[in-house]
Amino acid sequence: MRLEIFLPILIPLLAGTLSLALWRSRTAQRWLGVIGTGAMFASALWLLRSTIEEGHVVVDVGGWTAPFGITLVVDLLAAIMVVMTGFMSFMVAIYSLATISEGHERFGYYPLMHLLIAGVAGGFMTGDVFNLFVWFEILLLASFAMLTLGGERAQMEGAIKYVTLNLFASTLFLAAVGLTYGMLGTLNMADIADKVGQLEDTGMITVLAMMYMVAFGIKAAAFPLFFWLPASYHTPPVAVSALFAALLTKIGVYALFRVFTLIFNHDPEFTHGLILWGGALGMITGVLGAAAQFEFRRILAFHSVSQIGYMIAALGIMTPLALIGGIFYVVHHMIVKSALFLVSGVTYRFLGSHELKDLGGVYRQRPGVAVLFLIQALALAGIPPLFGFVAKFAVIRAGIEAGEYAVAGIGLFVGLLTLYSMIKIWAEVFWKKIPEHVEENDRFTGRQADPELWMLYLPLGILAVATVTLGLMAQPFYELVEMAVEQLLEPERYIEAVLGRDQ
Amino acid sequence: METIMAYVVGALFAAAIYMMLRRSIVKLVIGLIMLTNAANLLFFVVSGMTRGAPPLIPEGALAPDGPVADPLPQALILTAIVIAFGVLAFAVVLIHRAYEVVGTDDLDQMKDTDT
Repeated sequence: MRLEIFLPILIPLLAGTLSLALWRSRTAQRWLGVIGTGAMFASALWLLRSTIEEGHVVVDVGGWTAPFGITLVVDLLAAIMVVMTGFMSFMVAIYSLATISEGHERFGYYPLMHLLIAGVAGGFMTGDVFNLFVWFEILLLASFAMLTLGGERAQMEGAIKYVTLNLFASTLFLAAVGLTYGMLGTLNMADIADKVGQLEDTGMITVLAMMYMVAFGIKAAAFPLFFWLPASYHTPPVAVSALFAALLTKIGVYALFRVFTLIFNHDPEFTHGLILWGGALGMITGVLGAAAQFEFRRILAFHSVSQIGYMIAALGIMTPLALIGGIFYVVHHMIVKSALFLVSGVTYRFLGSHELKDLGGVYRQRPGVAVLFLIQALALAGIPPLFGFVAKFAVIRAGIEAGEYAVAGIGLFVGLLTLYSMIKIWAEVFWKKIPEHVEENDRFTGRQADPELWMLYLPLGILAVATVTLGLMAQPFYELVEMAVEQLLEPERYIEAVLGRDQ
Repeated sequence: METIMAYVVGALFAAAIYMMLRRSIVKLVIGLIMLTNAANLLFFVVSGMTRGAPPLIPEGALAPDGPVADPLPQALILTAIVIAFGVLAFAVVLIHRAYEVVGTDDLDQMKDTDT
């Protein structure tokens, strides 16, 4: 019994169940939100330590040996993702204390948050494709409810698109799982990879690969399948947006990384070529979409599409350095994009709007917030010495080394446009004078005390510190990710770890 | 039998996608329902349809005699049906609520969040 592999799933499930049992007590639910996510973060760190020591941590659930039972497999990539899940949800849980309204809390915000985290953690750790489908559904259902909590018009409209496209992706994924089982007679990822490796005729495998690519592509918001994201991400409360930005698309990206390194590596010219160009076009479309927006959160949502493009392009290049860059980018984006959403929540608290034209003067009144924004915004654009620079540098350098000059050029150009968007927000929200039609309220100027404000600043401060330290001291983290990529590029080790144990 | 079922699955997928492309949100949900059924049926068909051979092991033996139906896909489909049921129940409530809030069932009028 390996406790550390179960804890990151069990803790949020338990915390969620307890929150449901304590439905009437808001205080208890709020405390459980912070304690539960904090404990999940701690258990994820424990899991990461075991994974660094052992390489792969594998557990057959219920004692049914692989490939017959469901297997949980944690390699370094999965462990890093679980740690990031715990970290980001802990930050958002603290932020939620001050920003989630009583109505949301009464209608089950915290139980849903725990359920979402459990689904994400399970998805990262499972080694079975059908089980992955089930975790996807768990996190989707939680996200549906979180997205619509509050029931405003924009939320309903966004949710219809989000629900439809994600359900379509799930159904496609299920069909692909069915076809996998029909063709290979197994659902265990390691076993699938083993059997695909022995096949001579790989035509049908490529068809299967395309189904997985589209299904996970929709979930990851890859080009041209991203339309649900800018339609829905800006509608819920910012804490929810931040949690979604950190977790939801990343599990799609993770699933792409997993299946296209482990299973579908038979025809990289075709499959990875498609992924590469999907990524490159995603970068451009996202950043151009963002340039046309004048609403804080919509700009951020479109930038997500652009940033996902970098991660996917890194997978498409498929050299060790590119994959290192891709994983860096995932981690970087989880921190930065959530932090930017959280900043938009702070300015909303001050001035009551997300429209750039109704915002202004934040630098004069609250220079601290401006600095917190600037650190993350510059990291997003890839300015050294912040962590975003390291991630972007790795991806682009890998592109040049692999001879993909066009993609590398697009990456550089998009970085410039990202900077433009971020400067637009900076100039409008922080730098310009407060617009005449907006009254300076007391909360903004600080004449009226806001005792809960530290709950907003604390996670933002920690995230800013994370961005700076990861950027300045990238070397230890680089070595960790390098080990993770070595595991990814040698699928035999994964297969051996799952199937080749003491038989 | 497999051939006929393959056509049925294809027809279901086609009909589902046609319904999802309509403008009415009610038809959209009907399309989603058909889509999940099509995927479940596809799963069932591709994993082999064996008639009249339940996967039972005779007393004293360690393996069943001769070919038997594979029970695993049926268990998986059952799981998928339950999941789809839950998700679709949510979708039905969602369109009802969206109809109340927006006041129309026309998807073309729900464009506020797009541009």
